[in-house]
Amino acid sequence: MSKKTLIVFSGEYDRVMAAFIIANGAAAMDDEVVMFFTFWGLSALRKENVTEPPSKKKSFLQKAFGSMLPKGPEKLGISKFNFGGAGQSMMKKVMKAENVMTVSELIDTAKEQGIKMIACTMSMDVLGISKEELIDGIEYAGVATYLGEAEDANVNLFV
Amino acid sequence: MSATVEELKSIASPVVVDARGVSCPGPILAAKKQIGGVGVGNVMEVLATDSGTLKDIPAWCKKMGHDFLGSFDEAGSIHLFLRKAK
Repeated sequence: MSKKTLIVFSGEYDRVMAAFIIANGAAAMDDEVVMFFTFWGLSALRKENVTEPPSKKKSFLQKAFGSMLPKGPEKLGISKFNFGGAGQSMMKKVMKAENVMTVSELIDTAKEQGIKMIACTMSMDVLGISKEELIDGIEYAGVATYLGEAEDANVNLFV
Repeated sequence: MSATVEELKSIASPVVVDARGVSCPGPILAAKKQIGGVGVGNVMEVLATDSGTLKDIPAWCKKMGHDFLGSFDEAGSIHLFLRKAK
C-alpha cells in the first residue's frame, strides 16, 4: 500500500472534480489518500445550509468573504466558459447524461473510502469560514500536518 | 493478456460487476467494492461501456496484485476478466 496526497487550492467545479476523481481512484487501488483543502478549495467542503451559528466571531471583511464564496460543491463555477454559472449548469447536464459522478457524489464516495480530508485552519480564518460551516467528518490542521503526510507519500498533487 | 476470446467466453465468472453506463472512476470503484466478495483464485468479470476501462482495469489489477486475464467487446459492452490473486 502506498500513499497519495492532494492539495486542493482551487475552488472551481472542474478542478475540484479532477482532484476527487484522482483521490477516489487511488483509494480504489488500495492507496492511503490525504486531501488538504486550502483557500478557494475550502468552498467545496462548505455545507449548503448551515444550522449552527459560527463558534468564532467574524470581522466585517471575513463576513464579506464568507458570504461571497460558494456554499458547497454544487455551487462552484467552472474554470472556463462559466458565463456566470450558465456554463456550469450546462456542463452538469452533459455530465448527468454521460453518467459522470457529481462532485457531491465524489465527496460521499471519498468519505466511504476513508479518504482523509483536512481543512487548513489558517485559510479558514482568512476567508471567514467556521467549522460549523464545513461538512462533518473532516480534520482541521496546518501546513506541518500536510507536510508530515506528504513525507511518506509517493505522489503529491497541487490542484 | 494470455487468454483468447474463446477462452474468456467459456469462463463462468462467479462474480460479475456491472459498471455499464458509468464513467471514470465508476468502474474501478465498482471493482474495488466487489472484489472483497471474490474468493482467492476465482475470476471476476467487469462489464463496462467507458472505453478507458480497457486500460484502467489492467492498471488496477497490476496495482492490486490480481491477474488480468483479458477482455473482449460484445454488443457494445466491454467484458474484462481478472483472477483474484490474494
